[in-house]
Amino acid sequence: MRTGVFVCWCGLNIGGVVDVPRVVQEISGYPGVARAVDYRYMCSDPGQQLIKDTIREERLDSVVIAACSPGMHEATFQSVAESAGVNPYRCEIANIREQCSWPHQNEPGEATRKAIELVRAAVEKVRGDEALSALSISVTRRALVIGAGIAGMQAALDIAEAGHEVVLVERLPHIGGHMAQLSETFPTLDCSQCILTPKTSEVGRHPRIRLLTNSEVESVSGYVGNFTVRIRRRATYVNWDLCTGCGLCTEKCPSKTPSAFERGLAKEPAITIAFPQAVPHKPVIRAEACRHFTSGRCGVCEKVCPVGAIDFEQQDLVLEEKVGAIVVATGYDLHPKAKVGEYGYGVYPDVIDGLEFERLNSASGPTQGEIRRPSDGKVPKEVVFIQCVGSRDQENGYPYCSKICCMYTAKHARLYKHKVPDGQPYVFYMDVRAGGKGYEEFVQQATDEGVLYLRGRVARVFQDGDKLVVFGVDTLSGKKVEIHADMVVLATAVVPASGAKELARALKMATDQYGFFSEAHPKLRPVESLTRGIYIAGCAQAPKDIPDTVTQAGSAAAKVLALFSAERLSHSPTVAAVDEELCSGCGVCVEACAYDARTLDVRRRVAVVNDVLCEGCGACAVACPNGATRQKNMARSQVLSMIDAVVG
Amino acid sequence: MGSGEEFEPKIVAFLCNWCTYTGADLAGVSRIQYPPNVRPIRVMCSGSVDPMYILKALLDGADGVLVGGCHPGDCHYVSGNYKARRRLAVLSAILDEFGIDSRRVWFSFISASEGALFAKTVGDMTAALKALGPNPARALWIA
Repeated sequence: MRTGVFVCWCGLNIGGVVDVPRVVQEISGYPGVARAVDYRYMCSDPGQQLIKDTIREERLDSVVIAACSPGMHEATFQSVAESAGVNPYRCEIANIREQCSWPHQNEPGEATRKAIELVRAAVEKVRGDEALSALSISVTRRALVIGAGIAGMQAALDIAEAGHEVVLVERLPHIGGHMAQLSETFPTLDCSQCILTPKTSEVGRHPRIRLLTNSEVESVSGYVGNFTVRIRRRATYVNWDLCTGCGLCTEKCPSKTPSAFERGLAKEPAITIAFPQAVPHKPVIRAEACRHFTSGRCGVCEKVCPVGAIDFEQQDLVLEEKVGAIVVATGYDLHPKAKVGEYGYGVYPDVIDGLEFERLNSASGPTQGEIRRPSDGKVPKEVVFIQCVGSRDQENGYPYCSKICCMYTAKHARLYKHKVPDGQPYVFYMDVRAGGKGYEEFVQQATDEGVLYLRGRVARVFQDGDKLVVFGVDTLSGKKVEIHADMVVLATAVVPASGAKELARALKMATDQYGFFSEAHPKLRPVESLTRGIYIAGCAQAPKDIPDTVTQAGSAAAKVLALFSAERLSHSPTVAAVDEELCSGCGVCVEACAYDARTLDVRRRVAVVNDVLCEGCGACAVACPNGATRQKNMARSQVLSMIDAVVG
Repeated sequence: MGSGEEFEPKIVAFLCNWCTYTGADLAGVSRIQYPPNVRPIRVMCSGSVDPMYILKALLDGADGVLVGGCHPGDCHYVSGNYKARRRLAVLSAILDEFGIDSRRVWFSFISASEGALFAKTVGDMTAALKALGPNPARALWIA
């Protein structure tokens, strides 16, 4: 081995504490070190030139740079080494700045001693480093987007517009997500459908978007650039190729049950198109509500359909798609009714949640946009809005803030006041969180318009005749408050969409303790997941409003496009490797691997590594009872020598 | 031993690349001062720390071994920190059986943003090891 050691002064950052010439002198005689030199700024152009010249003069086969943290300049020095003919994986950094000179400024003697030992350890490590080259992976330039709410649609459109094919999978029969249910949107009060439908129709007719509604992702295999996805397209019992969307079947269907789209505030036929602007504008039969399926004694839709599109025999289809990248945009649900007993939600019909209020406000909703309470259709004259129901509630719900409720409650209260000018809206709040462009002004406008804000929690809601008695406290005046309301609207917590956990398992993605998908880094990699090639957008990651969702969706699309712009992808070669002579095929490594990179070759009875799936964490190498698995360039022998170097 | 009369323990620290090693960098960047008794070895994941490394360090004469990983739920590699925690719990039980005080081995969750916690951990551990005195394993095993 011929190793060169390059010790950086970093001006006085290192040199002011560590005795650099002493480090050079100590390491010069160390086994394997062909040459040790120091320089004032090793990362500068002359410093880099010094490294290159020394590599050539001394015919070095490896280098150790004693300088700042590898996080700063490891890549710089690796490329310097490579340009002079040394394999970049045989370049090691001894971190003598962040972890030596800076935290030990008053102990130069000890800092110097520590620096010498850290450099020795790096020399020991590089001694065992293999010359490696980055792995190369092909890319399928086709994306899968899961969820066709505003997040998924935006990501799909951005990717498709850039020229790539997108498979867009939506669980419901129609696209648009929760945004399709909203009446108006803050902070502009423009109509949600009016800004959404241009996007839904664009998605519906885009030549590069393959839209699969009424479908769910069942399993995903493969790795970045090369995923294989199995998608179950559930039977709709309507042949959509024949169907013209005329709607005759939905008019004639005799079975009416509560509509999920209307949040149970209206009924819909068993064969249904959820709302007038639905894309695709084709009906599905809800088998659980359909008399043909439940009793076998109906077939009205089949009789009236002018094109013979009804197909009671239709089966689920399982499709397989190959994609290079995946965007997860599965959105949210609201905290379930059953969990807010103290407010009588689910018991009293006039205690409703935010989305139900959206439907009452919507021109296409069950009341054609008039505010009428569900129980008797009366226009409520006093409405109490309660915020943080299930959010910021460690005991009965979730500790996090649902982020959108302060704004939509202000919106609800204002819309109510616009429609019922003699009505009185009250808002019970903990704090008003209105960070965002135009948001604080929007809330201020609500109070100006006569919305009464009461700072405090509501203890109980109960029915008294046709009134709902709301017991609360106004913590600003310190007084108990009792309001005899006609309707109560709860801002219930935003929770991950049902099925998110199962999907996370299928995608091998991490979720947080609440079930939201985990981003790779909360600040610096907010749209990437920990699995390369899989990205997150919208409320699937955390509660967020429409502008933030659209921003994140565009960002996820940009990440996908960056991935697709590469000819081939490179992958770190410091992966696990197996000595087949030692491997007994016990399979412990397979269980230890979080990435499915380890499998058993049953025929040869040895464990193998899928290099491109391996993230190089080293978990399998520790787990291996025979020492058959090693992590390249972090072999056991290397670590043991490093320990010797620092302790010895 | 360091300068002067006082016993200066030596700590070998296996720090996960993503959390604790970065946290240690942050301590330096923030110029937080802590005892120079620690020798960090960067590993990709706390879950890759073989118990043999800890034994090796202790038998070589290190007075303490620190393993630093990401907080529960934050492991860059999904679950490596949990593996490390379980492995170290088992190792501690065995160490005591062999007459090596398991208080010499620390496992700490220190994130990339917790430079101060890293410095405090090294400070606390150094003080604790001073109280324990030199690791007798060296005298016992390395004649």
